[in-house]
Amino acid sequence: MDITVNINNQELEANRGEMLLDVLNRNGIKVPTLCHIKDAFPTGACRMCVVEDMSSGRLVTACSFPVAPDMKIQTHSPRVVESRKTIIELLLSNHPDDCLYCVRNKNCELQDLSEEHHVRNRRIRGQKNKQHLDISSASIVRDPEKCILCGRCVYVCEQVMGVACIDFTNRGNKSTVGTAFQQGLNTSSCVNCGQCIMVCPTGALTEQNHFAEIQQALNDPEKKVVVQYAPSISVSMAEELGMEAGKDINGILNAALRKVGFDAVFDSSFSADLTIMEESAELIDRIQNGGTLPMITSCCPGWVKYAEEFTPEFIPNLSSCKSPQQMMGAVIKSYFAEIENLKADEIYSVSIMPCTAKKFEAQREEMTQNGISDVDAVLTTRELTRFLKLYGVDMFRIQPESTDSPLGFRSTAGKLFGASGGVMEAAIRTAHFKITGKELTKFQVQAVRGFEGRKEARIKAGDLELGVVVVSGLANAKELLDEIKNGRNDIHFIEVMACPGGCIGGGGQHIGTSEEELKVRMGALYKIDENEPVKVSHKNPEIIELYNKFLGEPLGRKSHELLHTKYNERKVLI
Amino acid sequence: MPRPRPPFPAVQGLFGKPTIINNVETLSNIPEIIRLGVENFSNIGTESSKGTKVFALSGKVKLTGLIEVPMGTTLRQVIFDIAGGIPDQKAFKSVQVGGPSGGCVTEENLNTPIEYESLLKIGAMMGSGGLVVMDEDTCMVDVAKFFMDFIQRESCGKCIPCREGTKRMLEILESITKKAVNPDVNEALERFKGVMQLEQLGKVIKETSLCGLGQTAPNPVISTLKWFREEYEEHIFDRKCRAGVCTELRTFTIDVDKCTGCTICAKKCPTDAIIGAKKTPHFVVNEKCIACGNCFEVCKFDAVVIS
Repeated sequence: MDITVNINNQELEANRGEMLLDVLNRNGIKVPTLCHIKDAFPTGACRMCVVEDMSSGRLVTACSFPVAPDMKIQTHSPRVVESRKTIIELLLSNHPDDCLYCVRNKNCELQDLSEEHHVRNRRIRGQKNKQHLDISSASIVRDPEKCILCGRCVYVCEQVMGVACIDFTNRGNKSTVGTAFQQGLNTSSCVNCGQCIMVCPTGALTEQNHFAEIQQALNDPEKKVVVQYAPSISVSMAEELGMEAGKDINGILNAALRKVGFDAVFDSSFSADLTIMEESAELIDRIQNGGTLPMITSCCPGWVKYAEEFTPEFIPNLSSCKSPQQMMGAVIKSYFAEIENLKADEIYSVSIMPCTAKKFEAQREEMTQNGISDVDAVLTTRELTRFLKLYGVDMFRIQPESTDSPLGFRSTAGKLFGASGGVMEAAIRTAHFKITGKELTKFQVQAVRGFEGRKEARIKAGDLELGVVVVSGLANAKELLDEIKNGRNDIHFIEVMACPGGCIGGGGQHIGTSEEELKVRMGALYKIDENEPVKVSHKNPEIIELYNKFLGEPLGRKSHELLHTKYNERKVLI
Repeated sequence: MPRPRPPFPAVQGLFGKPTIINNVETLSNIPEIIRLGVENFSNIGTESSKGTKVFALSGKVKLTGLIEVPMGTTLRQVIFDIAGGIPDQKAFKSVQVGGPSGGCVTEENLNTPIEYESLLKIGAMMGSGGLVVMDEDTCMVDVAKFFMDFIQRESCGKCIPCREGTKRMLEILESITKKAVNPDVNEALERFKGVMQLEQLGKVIKETSLCGLGQTAPNPVISTLKWFREEYEEHIFDRKCRAGVCTELRTFTIDVDKCTGCTICAKKCPTDAIIGAKKTPHFVVNEKCIACGNCFEVCKFDAVVIS
């Protein structure tokens, strides 16, 4: 801090050249913004953060105004407040008035700002733009009428994800955010990650919803309705429920799902263990038998679609393993069906995922057995909260329960799948055992933990030294793949997660979570790993039983049939 | 798309490199400065605005086209000496200076010398060097509407005040100059509120827009409101356009003495607003009339009167 600036008649310390908005935020002065994204170059599109520069008499945007010595700023002068209010009213004059019907009702930045600025009557009226809803995607619904053109989704899609399937089109009052040639999202290069939903201030971007089908299945006495939930769910749902970030609600989640009426509750961390069994076997097989390396994880459906579209040359590198969601789905409709003496189509399989791309994955053709989908419907974390409310489940007064057998027990390695680096860490633990016959002396692989976009490590397993890289945020994956294309050859295994930080920051999670809160979620997973006894997938008793009774061995015939798949190049406009 | 400044283009512009952006007119001054020398060039013009200025002269003047005048020339000299004044013995009403986002200047300020500062002082600007002269047959609300329509189509759509605000301002101007779709008792009041809103919106758009387009977009409305407020009020309360430009505000009556009852006007009326039996004088039902003027055009006996 090398200068002081006068803000609201108070001298505040600041670094020369930093943006005024950062100084204000640091000092507890709340200035509204609709387009700002942390660490991104300010676009200055929404004009909500205007403040009054007393020396020039001008209104300037705090997000893009570098501080200088002797600056005098008023953040809430009558002129400023009136301008902000008018801007909100202008947005509302071209916004559908259907808050009561909107999925973002009570969780909408535009609604909050209208409230904060005491917008109490409709002062500015006008003709509202009519636009079409885009429901073409299996994962994401776009409602351009609710779009306020803040540009956050465009930024995230291009800069964080490297996908750029949406951008601004047309001009002036006819501007919209849309796909190339205004075609449906399903035919665009969209990877369904849902990060656009996470940054959307309004209800312009939401997930596809399957409530009706799930309810129909729950009401059908002929159907056995089975549910699985992803490793990250239990530590990332707390904010949705109004609990403290990072709280692990595993037990009450089990109980709540039973209250809703699900006949069996399984944990996808179990199938994450199963994935590790198969994936580590595949890795060792590739290393020992000269297979394509580096092998790249295929747990993340956002990443898989990205690879199919943008880097088809790396499809042979993708692990043939299905994701934990799909492995669980496949095992439920085969192994579990057999135990329960049911046919596959008598089971309705629901999964609860932190992810919108899982909705797309569940309906992929590759993810079926004899024409029956492995997973029938996917709910995001957000949707589950709404679902629980519908069924009147009070999460604060419910006694914890455990998951059902035989697909409910998990190791902490499987649980780690929820954070970026978790698949890698779990795989290293099992691969080390399989290669050397000995467990790691220290299970925690610190080098692949944490929130960074790229983490690298060299792991010793007997005589073998494995080069491993973990990336999250698809733009980081692109960078790494470019290095490999340019000749880098010291890597054996890569974990890619589309969303920054992994599934804890997935596109189906609570909206409005800060990076700090994501780190708390990550910490919660690490804590579970520390506290619980079974830390490796190959020691999960239910996994051992599954292989003994049903699958045989990893990469065996049955595994190949149920748990593995292959991917193909996907031609889209990029 | 415009982006916030700083960094200015001169620091970080095209390809992230320092970039100088100049208008053609600026660059075309350079050979003159070299040819005449700095001293001599600086002698042209006034203390604060040196050299010459090119204007595109158009509208209701005898001579139109591009002119180059030394800075400091008055607007009166340009309009009445260089352009030869207003044709057809009509009275001068206003001159729009500075292009679509400039401002309207009235008779009382015509002696203002053309300088950057003095033009700003009277609510206009040098801008693109446009000079549109208007005579007594021009409706100032219509002029504001014309420029607003242009500007809102020019908006890139990035920042909210310019994208949404200019469209709303245009809509208000349209409601003032058009016949009400659903007339009711509060309608005049609503229109009046619209004018209050024009001023308020204009202020916010000017102050908060991201780039120069938005920051000057409301100028035509603000300056016409300032100098021709009574015209706005006539449109709003009396539903009258004194220049007869806002056609929807015209009222049509039929002179019973001249009407022969030929029925042609009734036949051509798109809304069946004219009634009357054959060979007897016809009448216009004002509530149904959309002021299209068909009856006026087809009447062979000059019986249709516009007021």
